Amino acid sequence: MARITAGISCSHVPAIGAAIDLGKMQEPYWAPLFAGFDFSKRWMETHTPDVVFLVYNDHATSFSLDIIPTFAIGCAPEFAPADEGWGARPVPVVRGAPELAAHISESVIQQDFDLTIVNRMDVDHGLTVPLSLMFGQPKSWPCLVIPFAVNVVQYPPPSGLRCYQLGKALRRAIDSFDADLDVQVWGTGGMSHQLQGPRAGLINKKFDTNFLDKIVADPDALTRIPREQYLREAGSEGIELVMWLIMRGALEGPVREVHRFYHVPASNTAVGHLILEPSA
Amino acid sequence: MNLKKQPPKPYAGIPGTTVFDAEQSRKGYHLNMFCMSLMKAPNRERFKADERAYLNEWPMSEEQKQAVIERDYNRMIGLGGNIYFLAKIFATDGRSFQYAAALMTGMSQEDYARMMLSGGRAYEPASPQPTEPKEGV
Repeated sequence: MARITAGISCSHVPAIGAAIDLGKMQEPYWAPLFAGFDFSKRWMETHTPDVVFLVYNDHATSFSLDIIPTFAIGCAPEFAPADEGWGARPVPVVRGAPELAAHISESVIQQDFDLTIVNRMDVDHGLTVPLSLMFGQPKSWPCLVIPFAVNVVQYPPPSGLRCYQLGKALRRAIDSFDADLDVQVWGTGGMSHQLQGPRAGLINKKFDTNFLDKIVADPDALTRIPREQYLREAGSEGIELVMWLIMRGALEGPVREVHRFYHVPASNTAVGHLILEPSA
Repeated sequence: MNLKKQPPKPYAGIPGTTVFDAEQSRKGYHLNMFCMSLMKAPNRERFKADERAYLNEWPMSEEQKQAVIERDYNRMIGLGGNIYFLAKIFATDGRSFQYAAALMTGMSQEDYARMMLSGGRAYEPASPQPTEPKEGV
């Protein structure tokens, strides 16, 4: 049977992608950020999964205001890096896992989560920046990826509780797939940041630190944070953090914190990163 | 349609923040879809060649068009723009997210960058609402 071997959370700032693509990783501004992922890349060499189920949000790239799915699962055999207005990132095409994605769709929808099925989609920095941070710059990505897009652009996004419960349904779906596969679930986006209006630049380290602590030890407490509190305390774009709860729901039960990293700033954003393994 | 007055939104009143909800999305549909069109290089060229003519192809309000021409991002947000869509405009101008963020705060880009390097804008919890004095007291 397929099994979930780890959960990873990671911010997905576009400027990080640009720094990688333009070879700026050693510059004084960026070096401390990338140093936080040195351990992760080494860890990944011995823990490469067969499939990453990658929770992220589309940033007005593949979904405009014409169609705004709350939860969208990518079931295609491949996904091209998107041209977001300044040319596509020079990263490998993302190969999907259509059989597993179809199984997850069927299972999760029958557990009462009404997913939107996407058979053609380009993927933006929300998905490719975490891949670059964890895998570096390979000629092809070392595993298959199921993109899972969550609406956090138009209010209201799904609640933290709903995301957490979806993660649990996802766990049951993956556990019931009859194939010998290691699957990691990644929750991306966040941490605190606000990109718009006179309050742009907001960072709330206290909120972020509590979130990092609780997502490891007491995720149920995080499911009680209302949307308005994210908006107010973590910034209008900090509400992306609900996506981390899908990852945590999929791990269920106690976890072991393998790695933690927190860094301010990457452009306008507080970067947070965790590697979690299920406690045996 | 004659709509009843809606109750206040629980996220109204967050300082310096416009939440992109269904109401803003409806107001800003054409503005945001114009932005979306700038993801294609030929459209970016046509826009740059004659901004006014390109904007006139979209059923946007005159106020929205003027805000685009003036690159007044706060006003565009007030008129229904969403920052991820508006990003296509400053990307067309060859500008970064940090440039646009600084502009919206009224800070110079240098001052804004310095603020971010020293930990960002601090979160300030709202001060408790002053209690209204009761009538006759």
